[in-house]
Amino acid sequence: MFSLESLTTLVQDWLTKTFPPLVALLFEFVIVGVLAIALFAALGLVLVLMERKVAAWIQIRLGPNRVGPKGIFQSAADTVKLIMKEGLTPDGADKFLFNLAPYIVMMVAMLVLAPIGFAKGFHIWDINIGVLYVSAISSVSVIGILMAGWASNNKYSLLGAMRSGAQMVSYELSVGLSVLSIIVLTGSLNINDIVLSQQNGWWIFKAHIPAIISFVIFIIAVTAETNRAPFDLSEAESELTAGFHTEYSGMKFALFFLAEYINIFIVCAIGATLFLGGWMPFHIGNWESFNHIMDYIPSFIWFFGKTFFLIFLIMWFRWTFPRLRVDQLLNLEWKYLLPISMVNLIVMTLVAIKGWHF
Amino acid sequence: MSNEDIKTIISELLPNASFEEGGEWLNIGIEAADWKDAAQKLRNCETFPFNFLFCLTCVDWKTHFTMVYHLRSTTTLDNIVVKVKLDREKPEILTVSDIWRGAELFEREVYDLFGVIFLEHPDLRRLLLTDDWVGYPLRKDYEDPINMIKL
Amino acid sequence: MVEEIGKTAEGDLIINVGPQHPATHGVLHLVITLNGETIKKVEPHLGYIHRSIEKMCESLTYRQFIYTTSRMDYLSAHINNHACALTVEKGLGVEIPARAQVIRVLMDELTRIASHELWWGAMAMDLGAFTPFFYAFRERETINDIMEETCGARLTMNYMVPGGVMIDLHPNFQTRVKNFLKLYKQKIHEYDEVVTGNIIFQNRMKGVGYLSKEAAISYGVTGPAARGSGVSCDVRKLYPYEIYNQLDFQEVLETEGDSFARYMVRLREMNESIKIIEQLIDNIPEGDFQAKTKAVLKLPKGEFYQRVETARGELGVYIVSEGGTTPYRIKFRSPGFSNLSCLDHITRGGKIGDLIASMGTLDLVIPDIDR
Repeated sequence: MFSLESLTTLVQDWLTKTFPPLVALLFEFVIVGVLAIALFAALGLVLVLMERKVAAWIQIRLGPNRVGPKGIFQSAADTVKLIMKEGLTPDGADKFLFNLAPYIVMMVAMLVLAPIGFAKGFHIWDINIGVLYVSAISSVSVIGILMAGWASNNKYSLLGAMRSGAQMVSYELSVGLSVLSIIVLTGSLNINDIVLSQQNGWWIFKAHIPAIISFVIFIIAVTAETNRAPFDLSEAESELTAGFHTEYSGMKFALFFLAEYINIFIVCAIGATLFLGGWMPFHIGNWESFNHIMDYIPSFIWFFGKTFFLIFLIMWFRWTFPRLRVDQLLNLEWKYLLPISMVNLIVMTLVAIKGWHF
Repeated sequence: MSNEDIKTIISELLPNASFEEGGEWLNIGIEAADWKDAAQKLRNCETFPFNFLFCLTCVDWKTHFTMVYHLRSTTTLDNIVVKVKLDREKPEILTVSDIWRGAELFEREVYDLFGVIFLEHPDLRRLLLTDDWVGYPLRKDYEDPINMIKL
Repeated sequence: MVEEIGKTAEGDLIINVGPQHPATHGVLHLVITLNGETIKKVEPHLGYIHRSIEKMCESLTYRQFIYTTSRMDYLSAHINNHACALTVEKGLGVEIPARAQVIRVLMDELTRIASHELWWGAMAMDLGAFTPFFYAFRERETINDIMEETCGARLTMNYMVPGGVMIDLHPNFQTRVKNFLKLYKQKIHEYDEVVTGNIIFQNRMKGVGYLSKEAAISYGVTGPAARGSGVSCDVRKLYPYEIYNQLDFQEVLETEGDSFARYMVRLREMNESIKIIEQLIDNIPEGDFQAKTKAVLKLPKGEFYQRVETARGELGVYIVSEGGTTPYRIKFRSPGFSNLSCLDHITRGGKIGDLIASMGTLDLVIPDIDR
């Protein structure tokens, strides 16, 4: 079966044979950097178009279908437009912070790509605290948002950024607790280990009820974490404030916009890894022949398939549900999701200790 | 209730009122000075409390203004029309926005378009035209060479 | 769209909402005084679309002025024209043939449904759900096509004349309306599933924007906004005109007085309108579609008032005539004007999100208010 592992080993062998080890390492850095940026850009383009097409499908219309066959070059046209727009800096804005904010958000989005396993043996940095790393680095994006809101010198940006910041910080707790409930089962924070432990079935099926509750809470919490509807209060148009990125235009706005979509991809990737098995094909227990057939589908197709399914789910939410009011939003987290996830964690620990999972 | 019955009851309630004949509903004429008092009595009348003011407007009769109030009772479904004559040089009348809250915006509109001053109104400002507009457009002698086209 | 004007002495914030709005309310300018997130005062500034229709009508003949009213509340264009035509007919003392009456009522009820559809879609969009807008327009487009075939226009139909209607119904009218009824009955349950039954919607609308019965009467609120508070004010039932007293339909009343009650009133009203159309569509009598009237109409000296029930509430047309060919004074008592006056009362103490929900359920169309 086709596997990207052969490709990586091929490149690595060739590099170490031709160059001294340090230079080979530097070359690998450059290759990985270029691939990461390419993935960032490609994902951005694909996700923007996917959002518009999914929205159109739910709203019984067609979506972009003029630029290119079935509209596939729409994102490229949008990118060209955003690059050519004038990037205005407001008069009293703090220039350094104003310019820095989009880059911080983008850097965070790229850094979090590091430990994710895209295919078998195909990850940038298989660090042994993979999940903790993701959780920690994604918190830094809150700083980027607050920076953007503050540096705009606009009371409404600041209000929007504060609301956004409060929302993200609160929902990170629920995300953390639901992630923790799976870590309890695997016993390791290393992403590769987590995926390998799902060799005989995905965690959402093996650890039945507590994992399903965890999954539901995870999906709700990451929708809130990435400021997507129904929790997109800070970007709402028919409410008053237009959010922390009001004053941004041109390329800087494009960076915020892209970073939002990459964030969605990343949290869905984490969800797919933890609950749905990452790049592990769909195995059922010890049914050898069935598992062998499943293995014929390459692992990166499994990974991207699962991630895009979750992304579709999150996009579906946006076009179906109305917006929550800000007090209802925080109510939901502190009075409902957090207690439920804490109790769920205890139940999951019990399940793990007693071995009541498959 | 027919117009005749309403007329009998109202003439007991408001001895100074005059009545006009012809017209779908009973037309009652009241002096400007008695208006506020009469409005209270009509609102709190027992047989039919006229608690619904559904139209408040003004007509410019070139020699005087007439304020026209259309009232309705939600319990007995009777309608009456009250008319108050105002002096054209100094059109002033007491407000009824504390009796019927909806009158507040109606009176602002009449002030805006006719120039009738409503005494004791909580917030008498122009409503539909810009704040610095000069003149009262719905008056019959209003001339505006820019905006009005005479056919 | 949003700027800060200044602070009052107590540290309140004064901000503008509008006049340009992403929602379809029109050019409404609200000046809101906020204390944190709580609203202390809402002041509407009107006049951005004031076209002095009342003054204009003083120089238009009785046949001409009817069509300026389609531009007033453009979502109930037929009903506005109907009101003017009825007032003129009252003055002339003309008897309208049965066929014309039935056609007028059918057009009115179709317009009412179309208006409520647009209200529903726009309100859901205000609250953040973008999809119901498209579902609502799917039905509304069907009605617009029916109107276009008979009347020639989709929005400002200009179909009523004093004496009846302008031209006869198109031969396809009955089939098209029957197809529309079938489509509507298939799709109406979607509205309940997607919006009404959704718990997020219910939380945004229940308990928000409470309007008591006494306040509704005092402010002069009419239409579905008042019926949501339990005030019985449907002109079609209380002061019937045309053939409404022969039709079998309910007046929809709710007692809670909050936004959700007003929302449910409008949804049920759509169903009542469907009932009326079903009773009439097979029984359109033969005959004239227009009574014989003179070419140049002159109303006798006097005053005439006629009220009708538009999609928003009670529209009153008050004509003062001096016996000439043009009215001496016309006053349009628009429903939106009085509905707007209670906005300050119902949103005090609430949050900004509640203001959006309340404004949506009051169903304001600003050209109706500004005239």
